[in-house]
Amino acid sequence: MDKLMRYVFMGCAAVTILSISIIAGYVVANGVPFFAHTDLISFLTGKEWIPSGHIYGIYPMLVASILGTLGAVTIGVVIGISTAIVLVEILPPSLSSWLSKAIDLLAGIPSVVYGFFGLMVIVPLINKTWGGPGAGSSLLAVIFILGIMILPTIIRMTEVSLRAVPKEYKEGALALGATRLQYIFKVQLRAAQSGILAGIILGTGRALGETMAVMLVAGNTALVPDSILSPVRTLTANVALEMSYAMGTHQQALFATGLVLFALIMAINLLMQYILKRAGRN
Amino acid sequence: MQQKSFKETVLYGLLGLATTITLGFLFWILSYVIINGIAHIELSKLTPAIVTTVYMVGIGLGIAVPIGIGAAIYLNEYARPGKFVNAIRFATECLAAVPSIIFGLFGMMFFVKQMGFGWSILSGGLTVSIMILPTVVKTTEEALKTVPLSYREGSLALGATKLSTIMKVVLPSAVPGILTGVVFSTGRIIGETAAIYLTAGMVFRVPQSVMQSGRTLSVHLYVLANEGISISEAYGTAIVLLVVVFVLNLISYAIAGKLSGPK
Amino acid sequence: MGNIMSIENLDFYYGDFKALKNINLQAVEKEVLAFIGPSGCGKSTLLRILNRMSDLTAGSRVDGKITFRNEDIFKMDTIDLRRKVGMVFQKPNPFPMSIYDNIAYGPRMQGLKDKNELDKIVEESLKKAAIWEEVKDKLKKSAIGVSGGQQQRLCIARAVAMSPEVLLMDEPTSALDPISTLKIEDLVNELKQQYTIIMVTHNMQQAARISDKTAFFLLGELVEVGETGQIFSTPQQKKTEDYITGRFG
Repeated sequence: MDKLMRYVFMGCAAVTILSISIIAGYVVANGVPFFAHTDLISFLTGKEWIPSGHIYGIYPMLVASILGTLGAVTIGVVIGISTAIVLVEILPPSLSSWLSKAIDLLAGIPSVVYGFFGLMVIVPLINKTWGGPGAGSSLLAVIFILGIMILPTIIRMTEVSLRAVPKEYKEGALALGATRLQYIFKVQLRAAQSGILAGIILGTGRALGETMAVMLVAGNTALVPDSILSPVRTLTANVALEMSYAMGTHQQALFATGLVLFALIMAINLLMQYILKRAGRN
Repeated sequence: MQQKSFKETVLYGLLGLATTITLGFLFWILSYVIINGIAHIELSKLTPAIVTTVYMVGIGLGIAVPIGIGAAIYLNEYARPGKFVNAIRFATECLAAVPSIIFGLFGMMFFVKQMGFGWSILSGGLTVSIMILPTVVKTTEEALKTVPLSYREGSLALGATKLSTIMKVVLPSAVPGILTGVVFSTGRIIGETAAIYLTAGMVFRVPQSVMQSGRTLSVHLYVLANEGISISEAYGTAIVLLVVVFVLNLISYAIAGKLSGPK
Repeated sequence: MGNIMSIENLDFYYGDFKALKNINLQAVEKEVLAFIGPSGCGKSTLLRILNRMSDLTAGSRVDGKITFRNEDIFKMDTIDLRRKVGMVFQKPNPFPMSIYDNIAYGPRMQGLKDKNELDKIVEESLKKAAIWEEVKDKLKKSAIGVSGGQQQRLCIARAVAMSPEVLLMDEPTSALDPISTLKIEDLVNELKQQYTIIMVTHNMQQAARISDKTAFFLLGELVEVGETGQIFSTPQQKKTEDYITGRFG
């Protein structure tokens, strides 16, 4: 019995390996054959996506995903780290526990609700203020919604790493006559940097992988954006929009899009594991 | 008292501003949805979506929780450091990073087509179960780690087998931590859209079996918002989702309170 | 009375470190044997080998022989051994369940399901551990809720419920207040009517008060073992004398 259960538990653990292997296998097996039709370089740099004409270039989506993610991460980092500092170092514990609960709530809101809010509020607001070719559906709206969505991730990871900085550092810095802010910015943030970086990378992955919220506010035109007000289509949206009716080469092209996304996410994930491992050693 | 310099005052101001923005967004989203939706909550109209969501959560948790707990037990109680354990940890990390649309793609090719389950609640549930598996494994492992070694020693010294020590002493002590993970996973399943709409389809009716297609609350909201047919119904759905999130948060606070409560 | 446990030429290694060197020692039935010595001398290590809790330590290795009633413990089933050789730990470690369930844990593990039988064992064990009067009205309450001293006596009751023949106690009072300590010491005096007790202690007065025989360890070696009275009054070895008169340690 004991022996048997040991193998059962081991089998459960092996399910994780099995799952990721099958997923990677499926995405690769379904995506790679596409490159017989269009080679990788033309796929990545092609500016036209016309499935009906068998022209598959994901450059517009790649640009949209990268710009959208970078923009969102910028917002997330600036606001998120500041909020985490306030949460950990400035507010009294009673208030910060409320703030913390509010952030939990922000983290729990389903992405489709963010997208809905973006569609109903942010898109019209952008349209009213600046106009633009997408009538508000734009890269800006994507950045805005993704920025809010990854805030809780960045705040949480920053909060945890700031709290993990030994108290002695604070006492030491304050004893040397540093102000509280000097301690926070010169000592604490630096000591917590690898955890904060991990949070930023985690947020990057979330922004890059988000689909539904983005689809509702992006406009989804497969064109290279020429301004922040242009409507865009991300890699994820490209897959989600057309998957349900795609056939043949078109379907393979969508899998190839998924493959590019998968590769980007895995690269980000590996980078994070590397950073955390290095931090663990120090 | 230290005199705050101008620079410091500005910095404090900026930090405060950032926090206000964070809270402001939350308040904005909540109040917007509530104000516009409060008059449109019609649970009877949402019955198909609610039933489908419950099915989806049931299948997802029903599969992922036992497997995830088993995996965590293996990692924390049995495994010796080595290649196999490293591979499992790496796989778990990777699985946690995979975006939901990729799960959707995979689920559609594997469960819907290859396995022949079609666009069904079963395909969707199986897909989300893989999606939440890493969360269950990680939270359970954390919970097992907090169980003192002395409990294990006490049980083993009484002549208990390793298995009964785990089942009767270690796991029960880890229940609150495991539950927190389960609540969190429930929230993820309820909030998931991309993976489910590619695997469970969007048919809006009360499902008679798990082999039928169904539309969860989140997918329902997406469809309503995207098609713009009935925005008032969309508000109503969004409120229901927010209430669910709120309740789930309260549950996990209650568990956490018990966790750190009187000993 | 004969020897119940016997240790012959025992060496113990943590990796390359030799933690115990050529130990030879006997435990006599229904006596209290105390292990004393400075921290790191190997006395707790030896105790944990006696019921093979040391098996849990990765990278450890044992040479030599230990017998329990003339049976080689390294050839015995560990589960069987641990049922006969019970253990009480330094820090009280009741399980986070009710007092009743804590005591019934072992018997249930052995397959006992009969409610009346279990009730009887729980009551008897708690009485033997001199804690029945204090907890009889709150058997269904969590064992984590009682005081440290009570927790330790619960752990003793939990061990006693298995009807072991030997009780190993690893500094059972070091985490307790003086009054609880005295209660445990009184209890040990009671328990030795029925059980053989082997106890590690840092507290030399404690060893002197309650043990029949005392073994003094230093740097992984057994320096001297003998009647407690003799060890504390006329030790044969200079090192023992230095230790018990407080010159080092």
